[in-house]
Amino acid sequence: MKRRDFVGLTGLAAGALFLPSLPGFGHTPVDPARLLEPGADVAVKKRLADAALNAAKAAGADYADVRIGRSLNQYVFTREKQVQNIVSTESYGVGIRVLVAGCWGFASTSVVTEANLAATAREAVSIAKANKLVMKEPVQLAPQTGYGEVNWKTPIQQSAFEVPIKQKVDLLLAANAAALDAGASYINSALFQVNEQKYFASTDGSYIDQDIHRLWPTFSATAVDTKSGKFRSRESLSAPVGLGFEYLTPNAAEQVRGPQGTDTIGYKLRYDMLADAALAGKQAKAKLTMKSVVPGKYDLVLDPGHLGLTIHESVGHPTELDRVLGYEANFAGTSFATLDWKAKNLPYGSKAVNIVADKLQPGSVGNVGYDDEGVKTREWDLIKEGKLVNYQKIRDQAHIVGQKESDGCAYAQSWEDVQFQRMPNVSLRPGTAKMSPDEMVKGVDKGIYIAGAGSFSIDQQRFNFQFGGQLFFAIEKGKITEPLEDVAYQSNTQEFWGACAGSCDASDYRLFGTFFDGKGQPAQVSSVSHGSATTRFNGVNVINTARKV
Amino acid sequence: MAILSKDEAQTILKKVLSFSTADECDATLSGNVGGNVRSARNSISTAGASDNTSLAVESRFGRRAGTATCNEFDDATLRRCVQRAEEIARLAPESPEYMPLLGPQQYLDGSRSYVAATAGITPDYRAAQIGASMALCDQRKLSSAAFLDDSHGFVAKRNSKGLEAYQQVSNVTFSVTVRTPDGTGSGYASGDYVDAAKMDAARFTKIAADKASSSVKARAIEPGKYTVILEPNALLSNVDTSLLGALMGSLDARNADEGRSFLSKKGGGNNKGEKLFDERVTIYSDPLNPEISDLTFSGDGRPQQRTTWIEKGVVKNLYSSRFWARKAGIPDLPRPNGWIMEGGTQSTADLIKGTAKGILVTRLWYIRPVDPQTLLFTGLTRDGTFYIENGQIKFPVKNFRFNESPVIMLNNLEAIGKPVRLNGNLVPPLKIRDFTFTSLSDAV
Repeated sequence: MKRRDFVGLTGLAAGALFLPSLPGFGHTPVDPARLLEPGADVAVKKRLADAALNAAKAAGADYADVRIGRSLNQYVFTREKQVQNIVSTESYGVGIRVLVAGCWGFASTSVVTEANLAATAREAVSIAKANKLVMKEPVQLAPQTGYGEVNWKTPIQQSAFEVPIKQKVDLLLAANAAALDAGASYINSALFQVNEQKYFASTDGSYIDQDIHRLWPTFSATAVDTKSGKFRSRESLSAPVGLGFEYLTPNAAEQVRGPQGTDTIGYKLRYDMLADAALAGKQAKAKLTMKSVVPGKYDLVLDPGHLGLTIHESVGHPTELDRVLGYEANFAGTSFATLDWKAKNLPYGSKAVNIVADKLQPGSVGNVGYDDEGVKTREWDLIKEGKLVNYQKIRDQAHIVGQKESDGCAYAQSWEDVQFQRMPNVSLRPGTAKMSPDEMVKGVDKGIYIAGAGSFSIDQQRFNFQFGGQLFFAIEKGKITEPLEDVAYQSNTQEFWGACAGSCDASDYRLFGTFFDGKGQPAQVSSVSHGSATTRFNGVNVINTARKV
Repeated sequence: MAILSKDEAQTILKKVLSFSTADECDATLSGNVGGNVRSARNSISTAGASDNTSLAVESRFGRRAGTATCNEFDDATLRRCVQRAEEIARLAPESPEYMPLLGPQQYLDGSRSYVAATAGITPDYRAAQIGASMALCDQRKLSSAAFLDDSHGFVAKRNSKGLEAYQQVSNVTFSVTVRTPDGTGSGYASGDYVDAAKMDAARFTKIAADKASSSVKARAIEPGKYTVILEPNALLSNVDTSLLGALMGSLDARNADEGRSFLSKKGGGNNKGEKLFDERVTIYSDPLNPEISDLTFSGDGRPQQRTTWIEKGVVKNLYSSRFWARKAGIPDLPRPNGWIMEGGTQSTADLIKGTAKGILVTRLWYIRPVDPQTLLFTGLTRDGTFYIENGQIKFPVKNFRFNESPVIMLNNLEAIGKPVRLNGNLVPPLKIRDFTFTSLSDAV
């Protein structure tokens, strides 16, 4: 699924999930039973890939890679007491990338035969040769040893596609009922299920078969007071995950209670949709009469389900090397964290800020065995004790920072799109000293505790940002006193991370995530998770967002 | 696959309907051929081509509906596609919001939504356009990143109730960001047309380059409420949420009636018929407008006609689904493709001349909703922000974050300029008083 399809489908731009009408997705709608059928056999895929690789080499390619992709999706949408749409889709095809005398060429096809893949490979070579005429900087590809024939699968317990649709519909409708009973006037809920079956082969000698699963249950509950004309929403506190349907089996051991007095629950690798929906109905209604925040400086205590989005925007994006170099200047933007800026060794944040990149964390949506140019995934530091130490890179970028190998950050949203550098999981390491969210609140004199992600906006070089949230609570003299509304904080990346006073310990660590991080022209989406424990930031500027129209 | 003529498309659609055994069947055949080229650091970074033709079949048994698609058009494939839609329909739950398919419709004639010159675009044309853009920046020792995207195609519909539709469309879009080598100046420009003959990438690149050169050494001025001149690119974006786009995207009748829109009325119902904006604000849609001609039918087959949405500040119409139109007893209006905001004759330069003190905004960026109740949005200026005094641009200023609602903005209207085409809409530059900037940004 592409972002524009999703946005059109859900009206997410309006801050809530709304009615989908006609499915499209660039994928073919199929009978749900088809999602359980195995794709082509590995031996067949190897033969197809070799046909393309051999044709590319014969046509003059110095390097070539082939991605045979079968992408299966199922989406279930409901509102209140009714099912709005159930969509099952399949997309199958092959993308071929070649390097000819330092210039890339790419072509893709949905006609998966040995002869056609060979022809497509030759087309990619001819595009590379045409582009060569305007090439200024030849591509330097970091060397990569072939892995031979290997495979990887997301460690899931139960494929969501194996669960009967009725069970999924019943779960969503039960969540809707729980929210409506608790005070919501309306609720939209959805379950997104994704399976990427990817076969990668390259002239380096890798043949990598991967079976990747992702899941995202979500809802938006809205309470309306017709008399005053006021309405407020509370979105689900779930996260998109790299797990199977087991994510939807509640487990008390995977839940973290918010600080005393907040009546909030955070979720690790298991989610209780019914409990969250009931709480959302109650909280959406309560938001109608909450106290409006007094603007000013506050110490913020940020829940991981909120902080993940701030990490994404203010650390994830500025450390993408292609943005740093200017390749995204006309769309996603550039970065303040240029190579020159890094060389000055200026602080990105306080000593408490240790940020790590990886595509390994179990349960994260970024978790894969190998990236889309056949590099085994790994973990590396981006920020150590407040200093920027590294960027996110792929094979043709490694040499720019004197690195011998790729970080394994290449991704393409489908077989028909070319792979490029995409954000891995970018996470804040938890504190090493024992600390619970409750204990953290006790140390705050005048502050606000924020749970859940809300409004978000940041400039094109990632300096100035503004974030909202789902739930806000006033902290006075070490205690949560009352819920608040109309809260947003404005800060600057270096100032904000410089005000980081420390994180709770690893027992509070949780993942936030998104399915729809957008980048590139034509735009592609990718999935990414961001882990953290509850973290404190001192003296942040809070504004009041209430207006009269 | 080549673009199909009306007869070729309807022949396939008739065959599809002949294979149907469902109570109702709706078939849409669409095709699109296009290409793109992208540059960064004054060099081509990627280039691609696309060619897609696909058929979508929706079959219905009573209140149950299923959809299937295919992209091959031999009899066997078409028959399988219809069978699959029927299988999926049988599995689907009954829809409480079922509406019977529409019968034959009258569509407007004379939309100039397709021009052969755009269909004739070749890789050489794309290279020449982006090449001219890069050459201009090389010459002026500036760095550019640009994207040229073109497409042409057709949409054909036919259903078992006798509805029949066909139209061709074409489009070419160019956008460019130009930066000074030291990264202290940045400019942006974009344009889009139905007719590729009108495209001049170098002209837009010159505008962006001039903005980049003149925006270096920006001074910081205090955030606060300012009179602003918002250029069309600051009002409507083709890559992101925008203030005018968000306003027009909020005219949905159901959300208003359900009490979750800025158009919801205290005590129930909606604000249709109320004056919510300055009386100079008139916004309508018209698929036959020669500059932004578009499809004369919507995805579900409803006719797109000239419709006034806001007239002299009064909300005149809301769009909705067919189900909601019937339930609420309101005119059955689909959401249009493009918007036309009426304006005057003044250019942006004329608006600057008439401004004692103010700020010229080239573009707004990363605009996100803050409060749907008031349609409050936040975002930032970028790619050329200038201080105006006594009718002249005095100096570039550092970028600002704003928190503002288009509803408030269109009440604080000082002047409206001449509309220009932007992303399939006609948008005038606007002069607005008391626009709320809440903080400064170091971003260039």
